[in-house]
Amino acid sequence: MDMSSGFSLLSIRPIVPELTMICTALILLLLDLIVKKKEVVAVVGIAGTLVALYGTLRLYGFSEPLTVFSDMFVLDGYSNFFRLIFYLNVILTICISLRYMVIEKASFGEYYALLIFATTGMMIMASASDLIVLYLGLELMALSTYILAGMMRKQPRSNEAALKYFFLGAFSSAFFLYGISLTYGLTGTTNLKDIAASLQTLNITGNPMVLLGLIFMIVAFGFKIALAPFHMWAPDVYEGAPTSVTAFMSVGPKAAGFAVLGRVLFSAFGAMQIQWDSILIPLAVITMATGSIIALAQTNIKRMLAYSSIAHAGYMLLGIIAGTPGGLASTANYLMIYAIMNIGAFAVVIMLRREGFQGENLDDYMGLAKSHPVASALMLVFMFALTGIPPTAGFIGKFYVFMEVIDAGYTYLAVIAVVFSVISAFFYLRVVMYMYMRDPREEVALATSPSMNFALAVTAVMILVIGVFPSVLLDLVKFSIPGLL
Amino acid sequence: MVPLSWYIILSAVVFSIGVVGFFTRRNLIMIFMSIELMLNSVNISLVAYSHYLQSMRGQVLVFFVIAVAAAEAAIGLAIIIAYYRNNPTIKVDEINLLKG
Repeated sequence: MDMSSGFSLLSIRPIVPELTMICTALILLLLDLIVKKKEVVAVVGIAGTLVALYGTLRLYGFSEPLTVFSDMFVLDGYSNFFRLIFYLNVILTICISLRYMVIEKASFGEYYALLIFATTGMMIMASASDLIVLYLGLELMALSTYILAGMMRKQPRSNEAALKYFFLGAFSSAFFLYGISLTYGLTGTTNLKDIAASLQTLNITGNPMVLLGLIFMIVAFGFKIALAPFHMWAPDVYEGAPTSVTAFMSVGPKAAGFAVLGRVLFSAFGAMQIQWDSILIPLAVITMATGSIIALAQTNIKRMLAYSSIAHAGYMLLGIIAGTPGGLASTANYLMIYAIMNIGAFAVVIMLRREGFQGENLDDYMGLAKSHPVASALMLVFMFALTGIPPTAGFIGKFYVFMEVIDAGYTYLAVIAVVFSVISAFFYLRVVMYMYMRDPREEVALATSPSMNFALAVTAVMILVIGVFPSVLLDLVKFSIPGLL
Repeated sequence: MVPLSWYIILSAVVFSIGVVGFFTRRNLIMIFMSIELMLNSVNISLVAYSHYLQSMRGQVLVFFVIAVAAAEAAIGLAIIIAYYRNNPTIKVDEINLLKG
């Protein structure tokens, strides 16, 4: 550790986007006290995020990773790409929640500040090259999302969602810490690159205690990205939390969890790939099976999308199992596409909610195409994308992951994943069938707003553009993640 | 001089008590205390390793863990209170609005 290097303003350049986000969140907290209209707070939040996005774009494309704070924090193409996912996630979430939070009578300024704090935590996680920083980023993200899940504090369902999320999240953090302490005790360091070096020089890659530490960390990340059998919290929390928060946390924490899983496994435990592959392969199969099969039985659309997000986590894991730079890039690519299509689907779910009408049951979608053809067509696009039908982006995401996992020699995993994709088509297309082939039961009015229309247009256009011209996104991914970490 | 292994065994035992408590206790506050037990068992092992390795990293992490655990306690208790205002119970078996 080089302690002698003096502190200079130039050296903090890699964390300028994080600083911008933190400042934005603090400004939002103050602004909330002065301004009555919460829309203003939301717009300032989006503006701050755009400034941070500009900072990230300015830092994009450096060939050498920039490190800061004694190698505890690294800015490379990998973390930059994940930041793009987080910015997209927070901006779209703010767009779809403006009217919804008013309808739910939970329109607080803190809501927007917490979204930005959580996003900052995710950005720190994606950039952490030391387990201490990783833990702090994880907790910043987790603590903010616990509160967001319970934002509708007058509603028992929201309270219960926050309660379950908090207890299982805190439990998984404790596992993560125990994993850190074992790794630290055996390798003598918490820096990811130094852990990799120690594992080699001390020749302890076969040590059962090292493996135990690794398993504890995988369990903790498995909770965050909702891998079966650590997914029990996800359906309950996704159902009870405000729908906009569900959209936010079905994308953000999952992407951040995958970012750290990829970095920890490849950067620190790269020498133990045989061991962690033999842990991850059964997890991926169980996750795809649980998500796809239990979703068939759901009648609540938020719960169905929760199981769908569990199944998607299984597909994404295949890219990491492949263990190649291409596999890592395919997971990141999948996460970006998943973020777009999942937020789009939740945006339609949010539109059905209005005063005195929950709009969460599948029955509420009956005959929607007759009364609201545009909204139904959008939902059709999102459901096709989630299934993975060409020419939508969902197909590109799945195709790239499956190709990588076949190239790495796990053809049977790709076959299993395709089988579960086919099973999942049943519950996605059931929504489409309800909309187009059933008669409407009652008149459903949609709660639209300009920002909601914007979010829907952006997600639908991006899904189709990436589906037709996949090179737009694939080139960016390959440029961002050229090699192993 | 107490050997390192004693601390590690103590930490493992306390952590296990926390895990068992988390799954068997039926009272929210007791579950919360089980989690605190797990976090503190980690602190014991981190400090022991830190002393054994003569490296400060472990102790730095302990301070962060203590600070984060305090923030976590504040948020956790706030969530429990928000829940209790709507449903006056802290028994886990009665928290069953969401299921399926």
